[in-house]
Amino acid sequence: MRNFIGQAMLLLSLMCCGSLAMAEDSGASSPIVTVASLESLGQQLITANYSEKKALASTIAAVDDPKTLPLLQTLLDGQLYYLKETNELLISHDDDSFEDLFTSSLVVLDSPRDAKKIGVNNSLRGVLRTEISRLQISARDPQLRMAAARNLLKSASDLDSTLLKEAIKKEEKRDIAEVLAIVLGMQQLDSPDADTRMQGLEALDKALYPEVRAALTQFIVRSESAGHANEVAKANAVVTDIEKLVTINGYIENLYFGLALGAVLLLAAIGLAITFGVMGVINMAHGEMIMLGAYTTYVVQQLMPDHIGLSLVVAIPAAFLVSGAVGVAIERGVIRHLYGRPLETLLATFGLSLVLQQAVRSIFSPLNREVATPDWMAGTFMINPALELTFNRLYIIIFSLLVLGLLALVLKRTLFGLQMRAVTMNRPMASSMGIRTGWVDALTFGLGSGIAGIAGVALSQLTNVGPNLGQAYIIDSFMVVVFGGVGNLWGTLVGAMSLGIANKLVEPFAGAVLAKIFILIFIILFIQKRPRGLFALKGRAADNG
Amino acid sequence: MTNQTVKLGPLATLLMNDKAGRYLLSVLLAMSIVIPLSNLLLPEGSFFHVSTYAMTLLGKYLCYALLAVAVDLIWGYCGILSLGHGAFFALGGYAMGMYLMRQIGDRGVYSNPELPDFMVFLNWTELPWYWQGFDQFWFAMLMVLVVPGVLAFVFGALAFRSRVTGVYLSIITQALTYALLLAFFRNDMGFGGNNGLTDFKDILGYDLQQDTTRAALFFASGIALILGYLISRFIVTSKLGRVLVAIRDSESRARFLGYRVEHYKLFVFVVSAMLAGIAGALYVPQVGIINPGEFAPINSIEMIIWVAVGGRGTLFGAVIGAILVNYAKTYFTGAFAELWLFLLGGLFVLTTLYLPKGVVGLWAQLKDKHAQNKQQAAMKEVEGDQA
Repeated sequence: MRNFIGQAMLLLSLMCCGSLAMAEDSGASSPIVTVASLESLGQQLITANYSEKKALASTIAAVDDPKTLPLLQTLLDGQLYYLKETNELLISHDDDSFEDLFTSSLVVLDSPRDAKKIGVNNSLRGVLRTEISRLQISARDPQLRMAAARNLLKSASDLDSTLLKEAIKKEEKRDIAEVLAIVLGMQQLDSPDADTRMQGLEALDKALYPEVRAALTQFIVRSESAGHANEVAKANAVVTDIEKLVTINGYIENLYFGLALGAVLLLAAIGLAITFGVMGVINMAHGEMIMLGAYTTYVVQQLMPDHIGLSLVVAIPAAFLVSGAVGVAIERGVIRHLYGRPLETLLATFGLSLVLQQAVRSIFSPLNREVATPDWMAGTFMINPALELTFNRLYIIIFSLLVLGLLALVLKRTLFGLQMRAVTMNRPMASSMGIRTGWVDALTFGLGSGIAGIAGVALSQLTNVGPNLGQAYIIDSFMVVVFGGVGNLWGTLVGAMSLGIANKLVEPFAGAVLAKIFILIFIILFIQKRPRGLFALKGRAADNG
Repeated sequence: MTNQTVKLGPLATLLMNDKAGRYLLSVLLAMSIVIPLSNLLLPEGSFFHVSTYAMTLLGKYLCYALLAVAVDLIWGYCGILSLGHGAFFALGGYAMGMYLMRQIGDRGVYSNPELPDFMVFLNWTELPWYWQGFDQFWFAMLMVLVVPGVLAFVFGALAFRSRVTGVYLSIITQALTYALLLAFFRNDMGFGGNNGLTDFKDILGYDLQQDTTRAALFFASGIALILGYLISRFIVTSKLGRVLVAIRDSESRARFLGYRVEHYKLFVFVVSAMLAGIAGALYVPQVGIINPGEFAPINSIEMIIWVAVGGRGTLFGAVIGAILVNYAKTYFTGAFAELWLFLLGGLFVLTTLYLPKGVVGLWAQLKDKHAQNKQQAAMKEVEGDQA
């Protein structure tokens, strides 16, 4: 009896859907199809047997409704339940809570036994996968289509080849079509026909997706055992091609990492290039200026927790002011008394660095602080499947160059910059021209420290913010300045970038630690050859160095 | 009596103008003898009994003092500010540690007679070539001198020949010790990686936990410090020492006068590195561990502050500074751990600003001021009389 009613309902629904599908085919875009009909179709799943469910799945897939895909997907995942009393369809979550499929509202059950799972078997899963892929591949949103295409790479057989070919033909976006073509190629590898297999291999040439490589390796094993020598040769050639491309892309990626590391070094060293390079002051507390900048970012973020992105922008001037102010205080309080005694300056500022570290430890905590990253910093920029560039690194590179450019502008184009250069070149002369040298010294040191603070903002996005943050960068920063040449911003840029890139290019062969050691040894040897760095100052200023 | 003076002839001339040094060495010699004896002979409850803990701690200070003498020799007398002297200290320590590791033999956790535990743990099957010979005490002791010496020679030869001076030298010495720090952290280096070398059992067949061994080590540290002091004193009072001071005060002038500045610097740099190596070798059996942390740049900078606090350019000042600062460190890290870094940092700033000659110089400074005041007062009196 029950069975009879079920069949009757199914028949009814099929008729109904058939007419709906026809309505859609005739080009009517008017939303005749309502949630109700999807709901009724969905509810038929409750009573249907597996072969009926297969038919129902296809029918449901044809319904143009935002909930179609979730319905099929939950069914496929085995998470589709229904309420025994009302036949309401539910999504079961991993934490045993339930949600109404159509209203998305949370459903509280009196007893877990009130809800029953709608079963799936393997052949139904196959149908579901195909339908889901087809739905996704024809989604209106190109991002969804792309995601669907990428998913197909993982299981090429989900969509049958005729549908796939259609989709390729219809596809407007070239990059999606390319991915689909690769999927087709992967399907063709499984074809019984030798020509088709060859076609597939052609299609896969230079496809960089890791799935393609996996498929090809399997294909080679299969063909070898089947004795298709020419196919094996062809497949091997394709693999070699792909691997060559992957290696090249790997180099490009390393180069990018190197540039990013160089940018970090540049940011860390650029303030030092002023205090050490221009003023000749060894500021061992430079790293702590960076740390202060990072902690400023943390504090600003705590003050405006709802605007992470904005807080980062606010943190830049704030960090500049905080570190700059501390820098001015250090210059007035300590360094002023030690001009002309570089080794003593080194020791005194090292003492200050210890004090600052401990201060931060006492105020905040010895533990690392969490600094959130805004959404626009996350994510990657895909150039090809083997080469994805992360946004945060890109921003750091741009940011460091901006800071460098701004600094160069300040030095070359402002009155303060002019006075600063005058004081560095000839202090007594500048003084007799009416420049307040003490004031210029303090501001120069403040500028260098402030820029270190800005570097701290950037570093807070890359590494842990803790009391030892500065320590990690102080030696590297000195290396950059010494390598690039003292008193020369371009030297700092070239120094930072070459050290960053060299580090990342050596890393794949030697590992991170050895790479660092090699770089240090290289610099130690380099200093022997050119004690004044890559771009040494020439002329009178060099004698004082 | 006369006989003795004749016997002490060279020593007497060495210390003739070094009154403070004479006192210091006498105290050190007395300490080296009395403290071990009091530890071994007096009963535990006695007022004069020195506990093993205190003796070991003092022994550690003596090693630091020797290290400070080594630093002072190059910084105070030759103007080379090495921020990497901790590297030589640690290398000497590792050489000793390797000997002590080999002494463990099959008493390790894995009971391997040849390989130290960490190598067995890394699935190594045979001893790396650079561990060969370290089961012999004489060889290990030779290496305590040779390894730091050779490193200092190569590094110094390169650096001094190309006239890397001043802060540049400081920075690259710091890079050197930093590079070594990173290298020794690596497990594949074969020096125990992160954990370093530890769990030592005995030295020359004597149990390291025994009070007698500890006392002997303390005595050895005291004697090493005294000898190190005398060697340094000999160097700085010799003609060579005069040239060193000349180089410190004006390197180019010394060069123009025809002295091969690089050779002098290199010599004293190597001697200093070897002294640091000895200090490290004596330090390790007393503290019972050597790990890459000893290479940390901050350690090397701390050594500088010992010398600066004590008084740069006076050997006894270096000894006093090392003991003072380290005693303060032990006290403060125990009592007010938070305060210690503030204090150490403050010490750096204050000594450079107000005590350029350290604690030792303070005395002279005060005396000068006193004399000046007296003079001024006298002048005023004279002026008053004239008026």
